[in-house]
Amino acid sequence: MEYVATHNLTKRFSQNRAVDDANICLESGKVYGLLGPNGSGKSTFMKMVAGLFHPSKGRIEVMGDPLSYRSKEYVSFMTTEQFFYDYMTVGMVGRFFRDFYRDFDETAYQNLVGEMQLHMDMKIRSLSSGMAAKLKIAATMARDAKVFMLDEPLNGIDLVARDAILSAIIRKANPDNCILISSHLIDAMENILDEVIFIQEGQVVICGNAENIRESRGKSIVDLYKEVFI
Amino acid sequence: MQFNTREPIYLQVIDDIKKRIVTGKIRPGDKLPSTRTLSEEYGINANTAARIYKEMETMELCHTKRGLGTYVNESEEMVTEIKKAMADKYLNRFMDEMLGLGYSIDELIGFIERRRG
Repeated sequence: MEYVATHNLTKRFSQNRAVDDANICLESGKVYGLLGPNGSGKSTFMKMVAGLFHPSKGRIEVMGDPLSYRSKEYVSFMTTEQFFYDYMTVGMVGRFFRDFYRDFDETAYQNLVGEMQLHMDMKIRSLSSGMAAKLKIAATMARDAKVFMLDEPLNGIDLVARDAILSAIIRKANPDNCILISSHLIDAMENILDEVIFIQEGQVVICGNAENIRESRGKSIVDLYKEVFI
Repeated sequence: MQFNTREPIYLQVIDDIKKRIVTGKIRPGDKLPSTRTLSEEYGINANTAARIYKEMETMELCHTKRGLGTYVNESEEMVTEIKKAMADKYLNRFMDEMLGLGYSIDELIGFIERRRG
């Protein structure tokens, strides 16, 4: 089933087309990688689907309906920005999210916080940038949403925590949700993706099943990425 | 497990499971982990894990009992066959490389003989 569909989606910032005529469809039960170099339009695309940017042109459908305030109920989005209040503790962030989202699962949050080596009484202000990044993952993934969008979830994350995050993503994926992950750390992502979408200067250049690409072209996603973007 | 990302991941995991069957870490008739556990164990996506069991079924390595899970086929013959196939694969690889270096088959036998002592 199509959980997200965009039709000729375009976003212009003055003369510059950040996203250009993108037709992307996300189906339930799949993990997608949105891959492309810096400035290729990954974040802009996600922000439009999350309802944070207004498209210059084109349509977005979430769960079969045109994008509206209701879509936020289905979409759990993690931006690259730090979006927690400084004065809160990790525990307060959990209660804050619970108040905002009906599908927020407090037990899942506790488990994720534990896996990320965080504690409920830690202050946001005193978190290192890596710890703050892990907290964003915990809060985003603790929802039982239909659509997860993670913008650069591995930014600023050390190797050990990287495994914790990847396994959290693997466990979250089920036949009734879809996950879109943007990253330029493709080698780390390679094993967990079903489908890859390559985006360049706002345009979708390749999209397809990761295993089929390996099988038919005999190359890794990283190889293909280099071929397309270099 | 470290994957060679140029080959499909599901084939590499199947090879690893086969190796575990040959070395007796998994026995004929054993229940295999759920696709969810498999995906966590290998750090792969759940759809890839599901595909692994589907492909293994077509290869007649395992079967699914509805509602119970996936089991390794109960056949010692199968284990011998997998072992032979793997031996062939490794032997081919060895021969290709050695013949490529310019050694004759007799010389290869000599190498192996000397290793025995």
